[in-house]
Amino acid sequence: MKGIITLTVNNRPGVLNRITNLFTKRNYNIESMTVGPSEQEGISRMTVVVHVENEHVIEQMTKQLNKQIDILKVNDISNQSIVSRELALIKVMATSQNRAEINSLIEPFRAAVIDISKDSLTIQITGESEKIGAFIELMKPYGIKELARTGTTAFPRGTQRTSNKSLTIV
Amino acid sequence: MTEKALLTNREKVKVEKSGADFLMDALKKQNVDVIFGYPGGAVLPIYDKLYSSGLFHILTRHEQGSIHAAEGYARVTGKPGVVIATSGPGATNVVTGITDAMIDSLPLVIFTGQVATSVIGTDAFQEADVLGITTPITKHNYQVRKTEDIPRIVKEAFHIASSGRPGPVLIDIPKDIAILSGFADEDPEMDLPGYQPTVQPNHLQIRKLVEAVSSSEKPVILAGAGVLHSKGADELKTYAQQQGIPVVHTLLGLGGYPADHSLFIGMGGMHGSYAANMALSTCDLLINIGARFDDRLTGNLKYFAPYATVAHIDIDPAEIGKNIPTKIPVVGNAKEALTDLIAQDGKKPEVTKWIETINAWKKDFPLCYRNDTGALKPQKVIELLHQYTNGEAIVVTDVGQHQMWAAQYYPFNKPHAWVTSGGLGTMGFGLPAAIGAQIAEPENIVISISGDGGFQMTNQELAVIAEMNLPIKIVIINNHALGMVRQWQEIFHEKRYSHSTFQTQPDFVKLADAYGIPGFKATTEAEAIVLIEKAVTMNGPVLLDLHVEPEENVYPMVSPGKGLHEMEGVKQ
Ligand SMILES: Cc1ncc(C[n+]2csc(CCOP(=O)(O)OP(=O)(O)O)c2C)c(N)n1
Ligand SMILES: [Mg+2]
Repeated sequence: MKGIITLTVNNRPGVLNRITNLFTKRNYNIESMTVGPSEQEGISRMTVVVHVENEHVIEQMTKQLNKQIDILKVNDISNQSIVSRELALIKVMATSQNRAEINSLIEPFRAAVIDISKDSLTIQITGESEKIGAFIELMKPYGIKELARTGTTAFPRGTQRTSNKSLTIV
Repeated sequence: MTEKALLTNREKVKVEKSGADFLMDALKKQNVDVIFGYPGGAVLPIYDKLYSSGLFHILTRHEQGSIHAAEGYARVTGKPGVVIATSGPGATNVVTGITDAMIDSLPLVIFTGQVATSVIGTDAFQEADVLGITTPITKHNYQVRKTEDIPRIVKEAFHIASSGRPGPVLIDIPKDIAILSGFADEDPEMDLPGYQPTVQPNHLQIRKLVEAVSSSEKPVILAGAGVLHSKGADELKTYAQQQGIPVVHTLLGLGGYPADHSLFIGMGGMHGSYAANMALSTCDLLINIGARFDDRLTGNLKYFAPYATVAHIDIDPAEIGKNIPTKIPVVGNAKEALTDLIAQDGKKPEVTKWIETINAWKKDFPLCYRNDTGALKPQKVIELLHQYTNGEAIVVTDVGQHQMWAAQYYPFNKPHAWVTSGGLGTMGFGLPAAIGAQIAEPENIVISISGDGGFQMTNQELAVIAEMNLPIKIVIINNHALGMVRQWQEIFHEKRYSHSTFQTQPDFVKLADAYGIPGFKATTEAEAIVLIEKAVTMNGPVLLDLHVEPEENVYPMVSPGKGLHEMEGVKQ
């Protein structure tokens, strides 16, 4: 299953190293990890997407992360209603013949062309990971020259439709 | 008060000092009574201040000796062991000991020198990425970036090392930071918003446990080192006896419950007693108090405590449910949890039959060995050590067969008397750890029991023992082999003794003599008796080189992959 954990961490030297180290040490597989400043100064926010066998592993991960002194908050939002976004830049081969065709695919995905050269287009797309994956599949036949994805960043929604399945720390 | 007024107030208590001076004063504030260390270029400014600080420092002969000595000290006192090592090779030499302390939850505060901030990252002389290297093996680590942070960082480090689940904390100090002066408050606030270990257990969980106990028929307590770290041995005794619940110890937990009490079943695990392992395998309620279900304890998880409801009291929530599904989790300090359990004074379980079963196992399958070959038996040596010290010594071991025999044949009736490397199994641990233990307990008799292999990994520390005239009784269980390796090769590799027997060995008696330590050798039981009797009455250090049956194996044993109920070698 896919798990999403968000972390609030002190923005101090070595913190990222501690976190990635922990994943290596405990043999956890990271699918993606994003970091950036949060609304508070000196505090960063991270989103980690992992692939795990079951919920037990996520629970362990959460507990191990919680022990880190520079991690202020750990939130397992795998089973919550969330908003999540990822950004991808795709440089795709484009000839004068198929440019229009590519453009017609871009529109329904609400992607945008942000650079054009003689033989290529650079497309920016944001959205949930699956949507981006689907778009990349569509672009593949034209020939993808370069691809960069940011990884997922996520929040729980303001209102939760189901009751949170949150970890019981007793 | 306005922010400005607060600031000026703070400003008033700030004093100007060099980094090294701040460090000395911070160590004194923590009541550090001994530092184990080794100097070098990057820590010269620190050693210069140490010279006239009045702090007690022991120069070991290798940094590995420093760190294991600090571990021995921490294990016996519960206070953080303090180590100073220089940058680069000094720091990397303490890595094994830090890892050992991490896995066995020992509080340490380690100071490493670092090259000056201006050259960090340039592969400068004796530069090593110590933060990077020690990140996975410390509870926390710091690199000091500003002189004025030293008082706060030291205060935090001692707090982190000794609270919650104890562990090693490392502080890396660049040379210029130690030299430069700064202004700092010497009694700073700690800044640890992300660190709040749960000490007080949740009362509702305790109630659940009380209920589970009252309706159980075959309850067992599995007590680990968490009982010792929390100084909860008295509470464990009171609770077990109040409820009539029998107790199994882990290797590291030994001494938490008096071995001579009828409710004590024995040590569990790979070389535990048959009764203890059968109790774990057949119980209907397993109360783990401060143990982490290590694989050497559980054997194959598939067969571990299959009929039991599992309750687990641990200060580290991440240990609960890590290896064994747990029905009743209790996060908190073992002593606090036990205190609450005692206060509940719940309905006692009806255990008469269960105790009868356990007693029958104990009676029918006690630990045993054959002593009819004429050779000196290692188990006999341990029994003699127990006899001639009235079971009251602090016993420090190395790693291997002798360690298991010590655990089996030296029963402890009091806590904090057993010092061994459990989780990491670090050969070379014993002799320096005995130094730390003897420093911590100068009045107590300390026995260092090592194998002939592991002894040679850190035997340079004989110099410290001689220099300080530490009255450690150094016992080498000499089987001319890496016995534990040889045993596994005998059993699992058709006796192909690949690099596990010694063709050449030093004369350990002469080695002791070279350091000015009296040494004696014995090859028979009669000689061993004479020597052990003599050694325990001698005032200073003494080394006994005891040549034992080389082919002796540690039994009983749970082979790897087997369940605890499948012990072999139960009868000799
Ligand atoms: C540093 C280190 N290296 C290797 C091992 C693997 N090992 C475990 S026990 C053992 C043999 C120890 O021999 P000795 O010290 O003579 O003790 P004995 O088993 O003979 O009592 C070895 C090599 C280890 N535990 N630690
Ligand atoms: Mg040996």
